[in-house]
Amino acid sequence: MPLLDDTGFVPDPWTRLADDRPAPEGARVIVSLARLREQGPPAGAAALGVHVAPEDDPEAVAEAAARAALISVGFSSFADGRGFSVARRLRAAGFAGELRAFGPLIADQFAALRACGFDAVEIPEALAARQDEAQWLAAARSMTLGYQRGYALPGRNILEARRAAREEAAR
Amino acid sequence: MYRYDEFDAAFVAQRAAQFREQVRRRLSGALTEDEFRPLRLMNGVYLQLHAYMLRVAIPYGTLDAEQMRMLAHVAEKYDRGYGHFTTRQNIQFNWPQLKDIPDILDDLAGVRMHAIQTSGNCIRNVTSDPLAGVAADEIEDPRPTAELIRQWSSLHPEFTFLGRKFKIAVTGAENDRAAVAVHDVGLRIVRGPDGEIGYRVLVGGGLGRTPMIAKTLREFLPRAHLLPYLEATLRVYNLLGRRDNKYKARIKILVHEMGIDAFRAAVEDEFARLDPEASAPDPAEVARIAAYFAPPAYPELPDACPALERARRAHPEFDAWVRRNVHPHKVPGHAAATISLKPIGGAPGDATAEQMRLMADVAERHSMGELRITHEQNVVLPHLRKDELFQVWRMLASQGLDAPNRGLVTDIIACPGLDYCALATARSIPVAQAISRRFADPALQERIGPLAIKISGCINACGHHHVGHIGILGLDKAGVESYQITLGGDPTDDAALGERTGPGFAFDQVPDVVETLVRRYLELRQPGETFLQTYRRLGMTPFKEALYAAA
Repeated sequence: MPLLDDTGFVPDPWTRLADDRPAPEGARVIVSLARLREQGPPAGAAALGVHVAPEDDPEAVAEAAARAALISVGFSSFADGRGFSVARRLRAAGFAGELRAFGPLIADQFAALRACGFDAVEIPEALAARQDEAQWLAAARSMTLGYQRGYALPGRNILEARRAAREEAAR
Repeated sequence: MYRYDEFDAAFVAQRAAQFREQVRRRLSGALTEDEFRPLRLMNGVYLQLHAYMLRVAIPYGTLDAEQMRMLAHVAEKYDRGYGHFTTRQNIQFNWPQLKDIPDILDDLAGVRMHAIQTSGNCIRNVTSDPLAGVAADEIEDPRPTAELIRQWSSLHPEFTFLGRKFKIAVTGAENDRAAVAVHDVGLRIVRGPDGEIGYRVLVGGGLGRTPMIAKTLREFLPRAHLLPYLEATLRVYNLLGRRDNKYKARIKILVHEMGIDAFRAAVEDEFARLDPEASAPDPAEVARIAAYFAPPAYPELPDACPALERARRAHPEFDAWVRRNVHPHKVPGHAAATISLKPIGGAPGDATAEQMRLMADVAERHSMGELRITHEQNVVLPHLRKDELFQVWRMLASQGLDAPNRGLVTDIIACPGLDYCALATARSIPVAQAISRRFADPALQERIGPLAIKISGCINACGHHHVGHIGILGLDKAGVESYQITLGGDPTDDAALGERTGPGFAFDQVPDVVETLVRRYLELRQPGETFLQTYRRLGMTPFKEALYAAA
């Protein structure tokens, strides 16, 4: 499915592997958390990615994160915001690999997804056809100010900007 | 009052431009109706029974004269000349066109107002005590806390697609006038063991189809931990709250199903994992916000006011208004006053553009330019001089805003009901109007004393019927409106949910039902006892007998 990062649509170097499929030699593969727990990392793969669902046990997710270079977080619909918190927890726990949001997300959520720690978004074809690259990139930049500290907001953090202004004034 | 700086102003302007673009993308088909729906809701736009409805935020119920005039302008230019103040201290316009809404948001942004998160499954407009900053029983003004939460919750990247809506209320007074125990999170400003100020955090209160009184999540939270602790609470809710059934998706259900102890353990665990320094505002920012709420420069006045006493003696109607609608103020020689939006036979909470302009004029001339909206759907003038109260009353009377009924039987809360709302199962406003007419006599109202009637036109309880001394819930029974009565509800410090009397009543019977209950109370009460006190002393039985014995 189409993949976007902050530059727009990009080729996907990863392959999603069904639970009964072997990994192609030297491929970067994404497997389900259940498969990883039952079978361990697939033999022959060059890099391991794991797909998790919001209802997966946080302990198991943390364990998988320690072994994976990529975590794919599933969203059942764009209105199901659990994945935002899953990502936030993974980043807070120190996960430094690639974090990907997977599901029918919309352009208007791009900035918030990135703010919570996602690097990229993988969306269904039909959605990518309706919401093109220009819309995704424009929506991600529609707000250049935000209030929350500790999130990777686009543009300026208002609290930091105020602090900088205070320090400037005090100098 | 808080004043936007350049950043707040730019933020709100960007948000209005963003919504304009979203409307354009909806019309182009890039956004489906399903995708657009939560986006418009988070900008306050509902699709109602007859039209779109726009709910504008009045953060913690505080606004200035210029903002009130803008509401009048919106009512006149884009609507039918009036607006409806809500139980969450907001205002709703019932008849705007979708195409006009981006322009309305631009107009509102011009006076530092917005409709951000007045709907949708996100953190809603934070509510507070309408007497904040002036009440004599205040530990600390709750508005700086409320403003801090307003900013923090605006377009929060993690908590904008929650399982359901999330309402936070703050009070800083000993008497809770913000109904914090019926909110998803309620904050009470308290003094800790060493005298320092912090918060008691309540969680899991709410009305709707499963009414619950909130439980204590944290007995004392240091001030600096407020936002990180809210972040932990919201994260636990976002991850664990139910999403299989929208009627079981509020945090109260999660708290109820987990049990408060397990829920607390999960929040404390989450809180322990995060770095409070990373998300808390620095103390200079907290101080910056608090400085906006420093008390205004009140003139030094003697507390006794002979001119006021003379006017009260000369004008009995003014005297009645002072008795009912004027509140003590912490500064000598001053008072706060409630402008009742409940004239006899009126639609509770409605105000015309002319009335809004008049309220703005009164505020400008007599109340340091400030107004408050209450969750009882009235307006408060917070900074009046006692020696100007008579002039204030005369100005209000010129537009029918002088009803002397605050807290009395005709000060009825009602949701919009079947006349406007797509969810409603029965009419609410006409029921309120009929009861109001029945008890029109001011002497009778005063004899009855404090009595809160609250009416909802469906089980979602926007009219807060569960916490009415007399609660009225309109349902649809096989195509016919049927009204269930509850008694003994109370949203304040001894928060309690009302108890059902029994089978419901027809639309036309409701005024008789209320009159029967009131008569029974008048027969049974001991000297000085309110309706609620009598009910608490005697219980349901005598009232139930009065209602059903004859049948």
